[in-house]
Amino acid sequence: MADFLRIEHIRKTFPGVVALDDVSFSVASGEIHTLLGENGAGKSTLMNVLTGLYHPDRGEIRIDGEKISLTSPRDSLAYGIGMVHQHFMLVPAHSVFENILLALDNVPNLFNRKKYQTKVQNLIDEFGLELDLDMPVWKLSIGAQQWIELIKLLMRDCRLLILDEPTAVLTPQEADRLFAVLERLKNQGKSIIFISHKMREVMQISDRVTILKKGHSITSLKRDEFDENKLASLMIGDDKIPQWQKNLQMSDEIVLEIQQLSVRNDRGLADLDSFDLELKKGEILGIAGVAGNGQKALAEVLTGLKTASQGRIMAKGQDITSSDAKKSYIAGIAHIPEDRKSIGIAPDMSVDDNLIMKSFKNGAFSRWIFQDKKAIRRNANEKIEQFAIKSGPDGTPIRYLSGGNIQKVIIARELSEKPAVLVALYPTRGLDIGSAEYVHKVIADGADQGMGTILIAEDLDELLKLSDRIAVMFRGQLVGYVDPRNTTREEIGLMMSGEKQGGAV
Amino acid sequence: MLEILLDATVRAGTPILFATLGAIINERAGIINLGIEGLMLIGALAGFAGTHASGSLLVGVLAAFIVTFLAGSIHAVITVQLRGNQIVSGLAMTMFGIGITALFGKGMVGQTIAGFERVAIPLLSDLPVVGKAVFNQNLLIYFSFLLVFIIWFFFYRTRWGLAVRTLGENPAAADTCGVPVNLYKFLAVTVGSGIVGIGGAYLSLASTPMWIENMSAGRGWIAVALVIFAGWSSPKAMLGAYLFGGITAMQLRFQAMGTTVSAHILQMLPYFFTIVVLVVSTMRLQKGASQQPESLGLPYDREDRK
Repeated sequence: MADFLRIEHIRKTFPGVVALDDVSFSVASGEIHTLLGENGAGKSTLMNVLTGLYHPDRGEIRIDGEKISLTSPRDSLAYGIGMVHQHFMLVPAHSVFENILLALDNVPNLFNRKKYQTKVQNLIDEFGLELDLDMPVWKLSIGAQQWIELIKLLMRDCRLLILDEPTAVLTPQEADRLFAVLERLKNQGKSIIFISHKMREVMQISDRVTILKKGHSITSLKRDEFDENKLASLMIGDDKIPQWQKNLQMSDEIVLEIQQLSVRNDRGLADLDSFDLELKKGEILGIAGVAGNGQKALAEVLTGLKTASQGRIMAKGQDITSSDAKKSYIAGIAHIPEDRKSIGIAPDMSVDDNLIMKSFKNGAFSRWIFQDKKAIRRNANEKIEQFAIKSGPDGTPIRYLSGGNIQKVIIARELSEKPAVLVALYPTRGLDIGSAEYVHKVIADGADQGMGTILIAEDLDELLKLSDRIAVMFRGQLVGYVDPRNTTREEIGLMMSGEKQGGAV
Repeated sequence: MLEILLDATVRAGTPILFATLGAIINERAGIINLGIEGLMLIGALAGFAGTHASGSLLVGVLAAFIVTFLAGSIHAVITVQLRGNQIVSGLAMTMFGIGITALFGKGMVGQTIAGFERVAIPLLSDLPVVGKAVFNQNLLIYFSFLLVFIIWFFFYRTRWGLAVRTLGENPAAADTCGVPVNLYKFLAVTVGSGIVGIGGAYLSLASTPMWIENMSAGRGWIAVALVIFAGWSSPKAMLGAYLFGGITAMQLRFQAMGTTVSAHILQMLPYFFTIVVLVVSTMRLQKGASQQPESLGLPYDREDRK
């Protein structure tokens, strides 16, 4: 196999951050090459260099052995490099057709609308999708939007296709359909770079895997050189993986009950639509569903960030539906938010201050109207030790910490007052395996002490491993509960696309 | 009576229509241009000077377009290339336009030219009520009708137009599709500015064929507000511009009839209406029926980390 693309010694810095430091990497024709690494390892930065969005400070890019320079996405496209970005490059206000049309090659400025509509429609039919070409994109589900991005890429005649976490918002069945397409393209001799955090997918389709860590390419392994354990151990390096085990079984006591809850979003559509849920004491309740089916709204309404338009939330026999964030906290709900950097922390403040954000009014940290710096420091030291946080020198702004350590700070803060309920929204997203296992351990330990956890996650394997029960969501509604011990991924996948079949658990 | 009022409405509305169309092209590409008022003045003076020097109205209109195109390129360089603050740059453009036209216009005060004349379209101009207002006007007004259609066609039927609209919504999406972002934004600002300049030239070549200092008298600001009223669409801009033209025509009519209401109050009406329109359309915006380009006013930096 000849290398289609080869990059050597790429370095890219942003003000104050070295995002890529001496990265080398290659991809052959007819190969699916997977990039692995935690968030912040530089995967997306590297791909943005390849698509001409970022200009590297140093290093070489070669195509078919020829040294090239990419100054804009236009250049990359001309070399046949196309990408599906993790953050959708779509215009919500434009129609499906308009979004796809702009991405096509060689469309004349005065184009024949009919001809191109037929062309796009044919590809949509080929994938068995149901997409209305004239529908504005904002009205579509996130999964459908992902398909539009994929169609944009597939309609171009690219030689290298880059897919940055394309399956995050697809059901397992949809992901399989995508993989079939990728296999076909591979057999046509195209090169594919694939980014995913889901080990199962990586094992399923990769011909080669390259691991990135903190801006360095650690190693590249061929198909016969890696297995799941090998990859995991390479990603972890010298870090220790915490061991955990969930001991206590959930009780029948209900700590949180959601009845017929509806929440509307800014555009007036229902994010939650008569949603029901019961959480028991000491239970880890996994929520499965394709992203964008109301999970975020569920977490936000439970933590008081959004208000419900209908329905009730009951905690410990008390109606907490219309309370604000603070009152919900008093009622005992802790929250691990989805976007840890923008919602979970105050990035420029120190670890010490971030740790007391929920309890700063508590007399323990103040003297009269002044802060009690000693008490705050003491608290921080305790938490840093207890949760094994690598926090750097005293007073370091929290944003300099790694994703895993930031997540530990958030967890330490949220669990500091022994909450009865924890709402965790994608708590391990983008974390390295060691940190992810730590989060699992904390949740399992909490359950042993009677904390009920609503665990919203993308990776079905994670949910199956951790949950006592799994509730499946689709379009803001509860499809049903399943027992993870005797349910297959396929069954859950079908439920995630709206098919009711789960029995009572 | 109605016929006369309609005719006056179109005549008073046309400079605002040109200015609004120019501003829409700017904002569709994501650039706020608060320099409309200044650009109108520059267009008015350039148009007048061009015609005065050459004796040709066409030369005047072209001069207005070219000079405001160049003036607009200042705003384009600041906001597109340098990613500067669009509000500040636009306000500076207005100040600049008022100042520089006052300076260079000194010699033009009191000069005269032969302005645009009505050109009646046979048969159609004899239609009752609308005949005179629509089919017995000067060439610039006919051009404005055409321009409304051209701009609509450009935005909704050509790939260029789609690319420009995408710039205003999500420039990164356009960029990753291979659209030359900065070039298109630059052209949208400069061409848009040139069209605003023709609106200015209408004042000095058609409304009153002479140069008067600060003759745009706030019409540029009305255009800025009308863009929102029109929901960034050129046919609706026509409606909005004539609405204001109508109010202006009516208040002039009232004054001519010798009403007891103070002339100052009447002259205030179009501006007062601007505020009302802004309040109403902003309330509409907040209800989520927004047509506003999503990236309007935001500089685009490809290397910005999200």
